[in-house]
Amino acid sequence: MSGDWPLWEVFVRAKGGLSHRHVGSVHAPDAELALRHARDTYTRRLEGVSLWVVPSAEIVASDPDEAGELFEPAESKIYRHPTFYDIPDEVKHI
Amino acid sequence: MASLPPIDVPKGATGAGVFDAPATGERDPAHIDYLLRLGDDALVLGQRLGEWCGHGPVLEVDISLANLALDLVGQATLLLNEAGDGDRLAFHRDVLDFRNCLLVEQPNGDFAQTIARHLLYTTWQHMLLQRLCQSSDKFVSEFAHKAVKEVAYHRELAAEWTIRLGDGTEESGRRMAEGLDWCWRFVPELFEVDDSLQAAIDRGTAADPREFEEEYCSAIGAVLAEAQLEAPADQRPILGGRRGHHSEHLGHLLAVMQFLPRTYPDAVW
Repeated sequence: MSGDWPLWEVFVRAKGGLSHRHVGSVHAPDAELALRHARDTYTRRLEGVSLWVVPSAEIVASDPDEAGELFEPAESKIYRHPTFYDIPDEVKHI
Repeated sequence: MASLPPIDVPKGATGAGVFDAPATGERDPAHIDYLLRLGDDALVLGQRLGEWCGHGPVLEVDISLANLALDLVGQATLLLNEAGDGDRLAFHRDVLDFRNCLLVEQPNGDFAQTIARHLLYTTWQHMLLQRLCQSSDKFVSEFAHKAVKEVAYHRELAAEWTIRLGDGTEESGRRMAEGLDWCWRFVPELFEVDDSLQAAIDRGTAADPREFEEEYCSAIGAVLAEAQLEAPADQRPILGGRRGHHSEHLGHLLAVMQFLPRTYPDAVW
């Protein structure tokens, strides 16, 4: 039966100030119930203060076959990492 | 020896004997009875929903029903521990001593019947808890403040499912109508006020359900209208759960629930 229901990707904001993070997916017949299923499945232990659900079909994903051309060129460019200057201790979540 | 100052006798005190009267420590039986009614409702409905665990129509619904069950068992724990020894009350009482309403002990049936039962009970429970937040009893008021949020979610979820099943396929609509039809005759009991409840209402510790009967009917009516369902025809009400006159279903439920602690009374985790 759940195979008939669309899949929804679930994003949880752990606390104010942080961004929503992908935590998993649920089956549900519509958006409203997808939110409730997400609430019951992923926030039972106080994991979050906000939920997003997105139809999985709406996610545009990169093609694994193109991983080479998409990601490998970045491997050799260490100057793109912010490691050449000091980050003040007060700056969190980087 | 200096003489003692005159004693102001409190208003209403009879004078002789009051200061020597032994403290009985006994609590108001009507209040205990009220705690048992609310606690047994939550316990029995929680056990019923727990029966779905591993049998839900889909994984997400299985988790959802188990969550509802755990909320209810948590409420039962608080209420029965306030009434006495919660574990003894839950596991070592016989069926005639249970004070839950007949609605919550009704069998799960299919998913639609479970949802019908949950809609009819938690809509009532939510309206009751909203009023119990103003109970003159400190425990009841604090309990209601905590539980009212949980139950608001139960009520909304049950309404959402009622609407989707009622206004779904031909089969889901038929099952939802049959589920409501099964449960309908147990609704009047929720609004019955007997002497024990009246005593608790008079003391301000309990809420009078008749005050929100109209609000309840229109709230259920609104959900059914959105679900494209007719309200079932009124049936002969079945009463008696609050006095221990239960349907045959409760004994079977308790047999499963109480088996372990009764067979192995000393068992510990």
